[in-house]
Amino acid sequence: MGATSYVTHGRDDLRQMLAAVGAADIDDLFAGIPDEVRRREPLALPAGVSEVEVTAALRCLAGRDVPATQLVSFLGAGVYDHHVPAVVDAIVSRGEFLTAYTPYQPERSQGVLQSIFEFQTAICELTGMDVSNASLYDGGTALSEASILAGAQTRRREVALSAGVHPEYRQVLATAAAAYGPRPRLVGLRRGAATDADALVAAVGDDTAAVVVQQPNFFGALEDLPALAETAHAAGALLIVVADPLSLGLLEAPGRLGADIVVGEAQALGSTMSFGGPGVGYMAVAGRLMRRLPGRLVGETVDLEGRRGYVLTLQTREQHIRREKATSNICSNHALSALATLVHLSWLGKEGLPELGLHCARKAAYLRQRLLALPGVRAFTEGPVFREFAVHLPRAAGEVVESLVPEGYLAGVPVSRFAGMYDGVLPDGVASLDGVLLLAVTEKRTRAEIDAFVVALDGVLAGEGAGDG
Amino acid sequence: MDERRGTPAGRTDAQVCRPAPADRLTIYEKSRPGRGAWSLPELGVPEVPVDGLIPAHLRRTAPARLPEVGEVDLVRHFTGLSTLNFGVDSGSYPLGSCTMKYNPRVNEAAARLEGFSGLHPYQPESLVQGALELMHELESWLVEISGLHAATLQPAAGAHGELTGLLVIRAAHLAEGRDPRRIIIPDTAHGTNPASVVMGGFVPAPVRSDARGGVDMDDLRAVVAEGDIAGLMLTNPNTLGLFDEHIVAIAGLVHDAGGLLYYDGANANAVLGISRPGDMGFDVVHFNTHKTFSTPHGGGGPGAGPIVVRDALAPFLPVPVVERDGDGRFFLQYDRPLSIGKVRTFYGNFGVLVRAWTYIRSLGAEGLRQVSETAVLNANYVMEGLRDILDLPYGERRCMHEFVGSAAPFREHGVRALDVAKRLLDHGVHPPTTYFPLIVDEALMVEPTETESKDALDWLIGAFRSVADEAKEDPALLREAPVTLPVRRLDEAQAARRPVVKQRFAEDGDGGA
Repeated sequence: MGATSYVTHGRDDLRQMLAAVGAADIDDLFAGIPDEVRRREPLALPAGVSEVEVTAALRCLAGRDVPATQLVSFLGAGVYDHHVPAVVDAIVSRGEFLTAYTPYQPERSQGVLQSIFEFQTAICELTGMDVSNASLYDGGTALSEASILAGAQTRRREVALSAGVHPEYRQVLATAAAAYGPRPRLVGLRRGAATDADALVAAVGDDTAAVVVQQPNFFGALEDLPALAETAHAAGALLIVVADPLSLGLLEAPGRLGADIVVGEAQALGSTMSFGGPGVGYMAVAGRLMRRLPGRLVGETVDLEGRRGYVLTLQTREQHIRREKATSNICSNHALSALATLVHLSWLGKEGLPELGLHCARKAAYLRQRLLALPGVRAFTEGPVFREFAVHLPRAAGEVVESLVPEGYLAGVPVSRFAGMYDGVLPDGVASLDGVLLLAVTEKRTRAEIDAFVVALDGVLAGEGAGDG
Repeated sequence: MDERRGTPAGRTDAQVCRPAPADRLTIYEKSRPGRGAWSLPELGVPEVPVDGLIPAHLRRTAPARLPEVGEVDLVRHFTGLSTLNFGVDSGSYPLGSCTMKYNPRVNEAAARLEGFSGLHPYQPESLVQGALELMHELESWLVEISGLHAATLQPAAGAHGELTGLLVIRAAHLAEGRDPRRIIIPDTAHGTNPASVVMGGFVPAPVRSDARGGVDMDDLRAVVAEGDIAGLMLTNPNTLGLFDEHIVAIAGLVHDAGGLLYYDGANANAVLGISRPGDMGFDVVHFNTHKTFSTPHGGGGPGAGPIVVRDALAPFLPVPVVERDGDGRFFLQYDRPLSIGKVRTFYGNFGVLVRAWTYIRSLGAEGLRQVSETAVLNANYVMEGLRDILDLPYGERRCMHEFVGSAAPFREHGVRALDVAKRLLDHGVHPPTTYFPLIVDEALMVEPTETESKDALDWLIGAFRSVADEAKEDPALLREAPVTLPVRRLDEAQAARRPVVKQRFAEDGDGGA
């Protein structure tokens, strides 16, 4: 046998089965397809190969990449290189989880249903909200769904969207909102990179369905959530907070600071970076919004004999029941990634998650202090931060990143790659994003790596091209 | 009762020592203060007190009540949960419209190669050439399989592909100065279709099916004549498992009315290399990699829903697209002024796409055609095996990769499709999709897939036939089923009436919302 086939029939099987269905040959089975759309020539695809060959081809492709995990990386901006405990992959690789469909038959799907129930609990605990769904695709689409929910709840047509929200989340929201749901109105940043509270007050009004902020925001700045919540609620709008659940061991639950909807991306807990996907989007809401939630929701119930069990519930919200009146079109979500998040959170536990957060925050504070001591480097993000912050470099950040790659560093994300997303919303006095570098620090970075990186960066800044920024 | 529960004759439940399912605890109930599995590396930098890092009013006050369990207890908890679950690895899973084929393990190994799993999306492009080449190649293969011209891999699932495709259709109309509102959808369509239509800014316009299970051409003409047609969404073969014989005429009618055709690829497993959506007249296609291309469904995702479009629609695809420059280097192209924008963060569910690449590369053109041939053979084989026990409303036609039977004949015994499904669970197979499509009374939608052996198909047929016999002899057994699983039939009405959607902690009293 040469090429791979996962078809199992032998010759006798085929003969017997064709006879059983009364077909002369395989071709006969497709007699119902009109000739004019029946393809006779083979597809122009490479011929199939053995497992040995496909593995070699994959190794060759993967070998052309230099993964961040093999370098000293300070990349973040929504995807983080945290350690994923080995137990996570062991659990999500179990075939009973990996190869199951959506749990439409609850009596045979208690494993995935109970795990989703436990995931929903963890998300509610972290966010301080009443109800979490079973997961969404990613942080960006979760934000789109939240905006649609807010529009449906308030019957208003705009959301006031902080420029501190991840630029790609804002792009995803804008794409969806062009066709359906509230339109975003962008609110600028003040010096230090947090949302400009005065600009927000000016932006909200009778037609504002929600105020949308990220905590910590894209630049790592901590938003003053209680004050922003007050502005939103005074205008009759909801407060939507985008948050990384990993930060919520250390940072206050948004639900206790006035959030009505909390959404985000949980990749940092349990998922590898995998070039940006799959991670896991999530959404948690105040109890009064439960019946507007998009996607799957698991609830507890009992069986005929009174034993506890779990089922998909409130399905009249969903597309397979409600069709065009559904709260969303979402069907498949990211259940297996949500399981990975749950296993990672269970491994960390009540004490481990805040300890991990504190660990990252201390290393980030150390790097930041060392960088700001370098000549020409200034703070972009001001005030306290969690594990991520931006600085102004005296040179184009993109060039600096490129020059440090040969030395084994991924210095961070040059924010200029999103330049078009900041027209008119940058803090006063910031003319350009060219020199702005966003750096994240996870528990994987050691002091020795940080110290050596600062020296290397100093060398690049002091060398050719210094002063160009 | 004991016999039905599977207790050996002459033994009581207690003697068998089956762990009582009522004792199944959640991980929160297993938690004890001070236990844990976590570890952290050496800090090495100054231990700044938390007050010096995070201001008090933004700092966590009460810790999140995450579970506190040792690592072995964590592993046992989730291993225990897995044993309560059922996947393709466990047995036959003929869930119609879901294409529950075998998920090759080599795909899993591929996605875990560090050169893929360890990539950050914002690495310099010079460091991700292998990943970009893989995406570029996968796009070209999907183009060939669909018979269309340009692809995006970004959509995260089939429904997300639908929304993306509809936004592309909308952008194409707007670019021509038109803004038609109606998207035609057959009454056999998946629920995601009308829901996506609304989110795409359109209005669904339903069209009936005819007696042979295809689109009713007279009704279609009438709907088209009402005007304002933006397009049509169709699954072909449709959710009855039937290839629409009038597809060329349908495409002509819709195109003549200025509409575009959207192909819901949920059933593409029937036609790989046999009939291409582009050749049928479709303008936009989505594939569910977690159906057609063997990526695992994971209990509800993550999947991927890449779309492929006709060349005239290519400028409207989401940004970025993977392109290759004159020096053979791959790059992400963002400069596309007509693009609908971004539909998700980064570039799609890359880890899932690696699995799909691995599958298509492994099988090749010949292997993919064999997939569809065998999927169709297997479905017809099971349909013939059940012809005398189910109503087959379209049974005069051969089915494609799935068929829809009706459990209406069981009604005389007071048994419904749901009861048949629940009893099949006791026989060790996953039941078919029930009560869908909506136009078939007591529908049971059966899709065996190509990876089931003849023995497995015979077992499946045998299970159905046993259940049919039981329906006559002991219908109460079916209404009570399942009786051999960790839980009996669950009360979904109660779950919805008084939702308990998270752990009830003793100190809170209530886990309701």
